[in-house]
Amino acid sequence: MSENVFIVGAGLSRFGRQPDLTGRQMAVQAITAALADAGVAWPDVQVAFGGSDGAGLADTLVADLGLTGIPFTNVKNGCATGGSALVSAINAIRAGAADVALAVGFDKHPRGAFDPRPEDWGLPSGYGEAGLMVTTQFFAMKIARYMTEFGITEPTLAKVAAKAFRNGALNPNAWRREGLGEVEIAGSAMVNDPLTQYMFCSPGEGGAAIVVASEAAARRLGGRPVKLRAVSARTRAFGSFEVFSPAIQGAGRPTSVSTDAATAAFEAAGVAPNDIDVAQLQDTEAGAEIMHLAECGFCEHGEQERWIAEGLTEIGGRLPVNTDGGCIANGEPIGASGLRQVHEIVTQLRGEAGERQVPNAPRLGFTHVYGAPGISACTVLEAVSR
Amino acid sequence: MSNEVLIGSRCDGCANVAYPAATRCLRCGGDDTQRLELARTGTVWAHTVQRFAPKSPPYVPPAGGFVPFAVGYVELADGVRVEAVLDCTDVGELTGAEVTLVATAPVPRFATASVLAAGGEGR
Repeated sequence: MSENVFIVGAGLSRFGRQPDLTGRQMAVQAITAALADAGVAWPDVQVAFGGSDGAGLADTLVADLGLTGIPFTNVKNGCATGGSALVSAINAIRAGAADVALAVGFDKHPRGAFDPRPEDWGLPSGYGEAGLMVTTQFFAMKIARYMTEFGITEPTLAKVAAKAFRNGALNPNAWRREGLGEVEIAGSAMVNDPLTQYMFCSPGEGGAAIVVASEAAARRLGGRPVKLRAVSARTRAFGSFEVFSPAIQGAGRPTSVSTDAATAAFEAAGVAPNDIDVAQLQDTEAGAEIMHLAECGFCEHGEQERWIAEGLTEIGGRLPVNTDGGCIANGEPIGASGLRQVHEIVTQLRGEAGERQVPNAPRLGFTHVYGAPGISACTVLEAVSR
Repeated sequence: MSNEVLIGSRCDGCANVAYPAATRCLRCGGDDTQRLELARTGTVWAHTVQRFAPKSPPYVPPAGGFVPFAVGYVELADGVRVEAVLDCTDVGELTGAEVTLVATAPVPRFATASVLAAGGEGR
């Protein structure tokens, strides 16, 4: 792991409903943007990794990009698809197998909740019949328990969602660009108590791509590289509480794969959570952002109530979180979200985030994805002074 | 009331209790496990309410149509928390409530004391 790795290009398609485009076309748009950002052409990419949950195979994108013959591996890791693709691209650089590598994620989901099949999850069909194959139930149960245990209140949930919509309104690429107030959010239809409709992200559409390079290649390219300080990916340890679990085994408070992945990333980077200037945390719903703040080590359990009341996670606060509006304002195209997060941190560390720019030249950024059935990937990124 | 029980397993090596019954222990990886009849009562550890009708298929609504129902995890003295549909007269009574197993299929189902006292199905 001696080889330094740099993010040299980041690109997105538009996020949100795009009836005239396929998921694959959004992926090509994102890749084209990332290559242009890096100042490279497709034939310069020596290895690629990517995936979608339901919008096609990433390796077929070569038909649109050019048949350069490079290895292109498909990744399918739920909400962590983009993160896993990025880990693989980074490892290819570290291994010396490539100087320039690509990670891409994309998706295009129909409206409404996801409808997973029990058999795909190793569960008896009874869980589907009984109405328990509903992802939103898990998030609601987890935050409901957490609120009781650590004194988080319902208005705090609405505050987190309102911040997401406020930040989304500042982000020209977001899906939801109309600010939505706490009263409207709290008063929207109850989905699974205590979570209302506007506290959840919606399955959405979009593509995201990241180009990584070795130190030598990054230097040759010039451009505006961002240094990768650490990347980590983990699956759940014993005792965790995840979506579609017939039981939680073990005693005491459930373990957290997000804690495991974040701890590993901070250790590898040699920095502490309080060194981070801007963060992207998985916000499948408002409660997830609240819990992930503590699970990733940014505060103690329960401290979020005060943090959010004091605006510490706002742009301009002590730790701005989900400055692009997160999943709540951008929607959740499963394959793309993890790389959208990295794109946003790269944009912030370069000082190019426009109206939503975090002030005072942030130096260290953090990204965290979490997904079913208990997987998490984190990065620590550092601005390169020029 | 039914006399059904939930069948889990206990690991010979580390005593971890699993539901459904496991052939390999998730904690220690051992593959010597014994069938275990789980406790028929427990306390509600976490819960929510399913407010919208899940997609059909696979969901099979009751004959009278969908009505919101509670779902949660019931902590058993055996040392495992089991996901279950929760019958109650009011969702407000669920936090930390003592509940009793009333069905094992298609998924575990527990009822609060107020439902059992009313001798009925609850909601």
